[in-house]
Amino acid sequence: MDVSQYLEVFIEESKEHLQALNEHLLILEKEPENENTINEIFRAAHSLKGMAGTMGYKRMQKLTHDMENVFQEIRSGKMKVRPELTDCLFEGLDALQEYVDNIINTQDEGTNDNQPLIDKLAKELEIGLNGGGAAAAPEPEKKEEKKEESKAQEPVQNPSSKAGSVVYADHEKLAIKEAASQGLTTYEVHVDLQESCLLKAARAYLVFKAVEEFGEIIKSVPDAQMIEDEKFDFSFVVCVLTKAGADELRKRVLNVSEVKEATIEKASFENETAATGESAESKSEETESKPVSASPAAPVTASQAPQKPAASTQKKAVVNRSVRVDIEKLDDLMNLVSELIIAKNGLASLSPDDFSKKEKRSAFNEQIEYLERITTNIHQSVMKVRMVPIESVVNRFPRMIRDLSKKLDKPMELYMSGEETELDRTVIDEIGDPLMHILRNSADHGLESAEVRKQLGKPETGSIYLNAFQEGNSVVIECSDDGGGINTEKVKNKAIEKGTITPEQAETMTEKDFIDLLFKPSFSTADKISDVSGRGVGLDVVKSKIESLSGTVECKTALGQGTTFTIRLPLTLAIIQSLMVIIGEEKYAIPLGSIDTIEDIPITEIRRIEKKEVINLRGSVIPLVRMADILEVPVKAPEKENLTVVVVVKGDRKAGLVVDDLIGQLEIVIKSIGKYINNSKIISGATVLGDGEIALILDANALV
Amino acid sequence: MAEGYTNETGQYIGVMINNEQYGIDINFIDNIVRMQRITRVPKAQEYFPGVINLRGEIIPVMSLRRRFGFDDDVFTPKSRILILKPEPQASIGFIVDEVKEVLTLSEEDIDKAVTSDDKNTYISGVGKHPKGLISILNLSVVLQDKENQAKEGG
Repeated sequence: MDVSQYLEVFIEESKEHLQALNEHLLILEKEPENENTINEIFRAAHSLKGMAGTMGYKRMQKLTHDMENVFQEIRSGKMKVRPELTDCLFEGLDALQEYVDNIINTQDEGTNDNQPLIDKLAKELEIGLNGGGAAAAPEPEKKEEKKEESKAQEPVQNPSSKAGSVVYADHEKLAIKEAASQGLTTYEVHVDLQESCLLKAARAYLVFKAVEEFGEIIKSVPDAQMIEDEKFDFSFVVCVLTKAGADELRKRVLNVSEVKEATIEKASFENETAATGESAESKSEETESKPVSASPAAPVTASQAPQKPAASTQKKAVVNRSVRVDIEKLDDLMNLVSELIIAKNGLASLSPDDFSKKEKRSAFNEQIEYLERITTNIHQSVMKVRMVPIESVVNRFPRMIRDLSKKLDKPMELYMSGEETELDRTVIDEIGDPLMHILRNSADHGLESAEVRKQLGKPETGSIYLNAFQEGNSVVIECSDDGGGINTEKVKNKAIEKGTITPEQAETMTEKDFIDLLFKPSFSTADKISDVSGRGVGLDVVKSKIESLSGTVECKTALGQGTTFTIRLPLTLAIIQSLMVIIGEEKYAIPLGSIDTIEDIPITEIRRIEKKEVINLRGSVIPLVRMADILEVPVKAPEKENLTVVVVVKGDRKAGLVVDDLIGQLEIVIKSIGKYINNSKIISGATVLGDGEIALILDANALV
Repeated sequence: MAEGYTNETGQYIGVMINNEQYGIDINFIDNIVRMQRITRVPKAQEYFPGVINLRGEIIPVMSLRRRFGFDDDVFTPKSRILILKPEPQASIGFIVDEVKEVLTLSEEDIDKAVTSDDKNTYISGVGKHPKGLISILNLSVVLQDKENQAKEGG
């Protein structure tokens, strides 16, 4: 029996709930009266507690429970949200995160009780409630009471009530006798689950596991498979060979949550017809193997039981390799597959005898083309499934900035946009750390302290921006702050002092060269090393990481105004919307993202400035780029009276690309044109069109 | 120069370029395909006519005729594109006039080229075969630094 089927769901959902808690707690911190948020938090905490309990993660359940109590009081208005309280709650979330991480790695929540934290929560609760004017008993006591109560409710064991309900097969009887001769007692553990229990099988599994700690399980009623399939009511019996006493066993089983009752009895079949004691040793050995097949999780002998935890840690790799896929993408895929079947049927219906007829042949060709189109689409859709929104990486940053803000004692705010930008999963997994480095840098080095900002006439709260967007063949992530910027003079002095460069070299270096120095290993301009950053292991790591993803990182800075880090990541599997155009006799794709407008310009409106062709488009002067000349197309289309101009933008600059004709919008898969061919900057890649033809993709950024 | 490309007894694909027979080490050959539509890539080296689509993969193709400074390719039904995989992640196509046969040459059959003529550096040696002499292509030089070659060519 295995809970791993629930485990994946559990991990996914706990992560979600934790994320939600983090997000809402951040809001709550700013808007303590926000009722929706409090409700949201309460719901998430409650679900988390329930889930942890169901899965048998007691420590996690306890902590969530105590946190939930606090939320409960806040929700009912008995308690005010104070900064100390939110700190404490955030700490709680971190502890919960730790539990979840442990579970991901080992399927076990770990052994940290987080008692100090729980005490702290209780204290906060007390302070909060007394401050709020309402009196309530501190939480831990309540907990004790409950435990006491539940103990009191335990029914007295009734030794005769269930005896004999288990019928043993001959070989089992033999095994029991054999065990008895070795000093092991056979107990029947009668377990009743609470009727509210949802995951009976998971519960039963935990009971099995608990019982296994004491010895070998030889039998269960119903059998292990039935229990696994939840084919039982709320009670079942486990028979175990053990040296331990009944009380111990009972205690352990009752420890499993949602177990209503457990009665332990000695197995008795003496009154039944006893098995013939003459059976050979070999027969009893045979019996030893039987229970294994009945309950796959049970170890062969009691002595092997301690190995069990080791085996379960090995299983961890399976956990959390799943990708959440937008249902729309799956629907697309599903549609395509059904189309594929239609196409296949279409082909099958054409009998080969008909091929002498011309119309049949063309029907065949049509079907093939249809098939080609579908397979191309399927290919694209499958690749899309691999794309994950960047949100899954960046959503932990607001919380990080909040903590940094407290730690560094600088008020700051993180503004994010473009979280929906999609990146390939492999890139997503790698990009988190570099981004975190940069954000920490901005928070620590970039932003000035509140007093300094005030003196400079800036708003006291510093701003950090994180924007992500797609630009042609790449995804751009911009990380900027409105802090002090990089003092290149300081960089220069530091570099000379450290011997990175000579004073003579420094003379000839440009501002950009100095900034590049920051990306060198072990270079830091911070006067003191803080534990946030400043050790000089930041930016070079960022750079090497991003370069390993074949991306680039750039830094722009303006002294006193702030710094912007621009990370560009190529999309090896990128799928983009593009405009297909004809230049000469060739087809090209222009990424839709960089297109501003498409204009029809009479040649009479072309003006010349310094021998360069420009047009005046609604008040702005835009340079014209004759694509046929740039691309050196061998066959040029005759000059027309009206030019088709695709206006592209890069930042605040625009350019008008003169193309010969427009084909239309198309979703294309970007592919590399190979290593050996000289790749000029204008061409960012190529794509295969529906008919197998290749169209090159123009990088508008290189043309503006 | 590049002995690395010759084994003691090696197998080579014999190809015709401008009425001369050349041998390409079979270990690097991935595929041989018929001539197909080549999409021109602007600003590429002049000996790269462009790229082809081979089952969804985009592969740059080089004209060995242009590379060796011969007359430009005339495509005939015998023209082929040899797909090579010099590295696991990078493919390249060579346009040749004709693919002849697989030749087995032993070390003794190959004379290492010692000519100082510039063009001959594309050749690592000359193989003696009953059917005539075969120039063994020095792949590392043929594929070498595109920019230098581009400067030379232009």
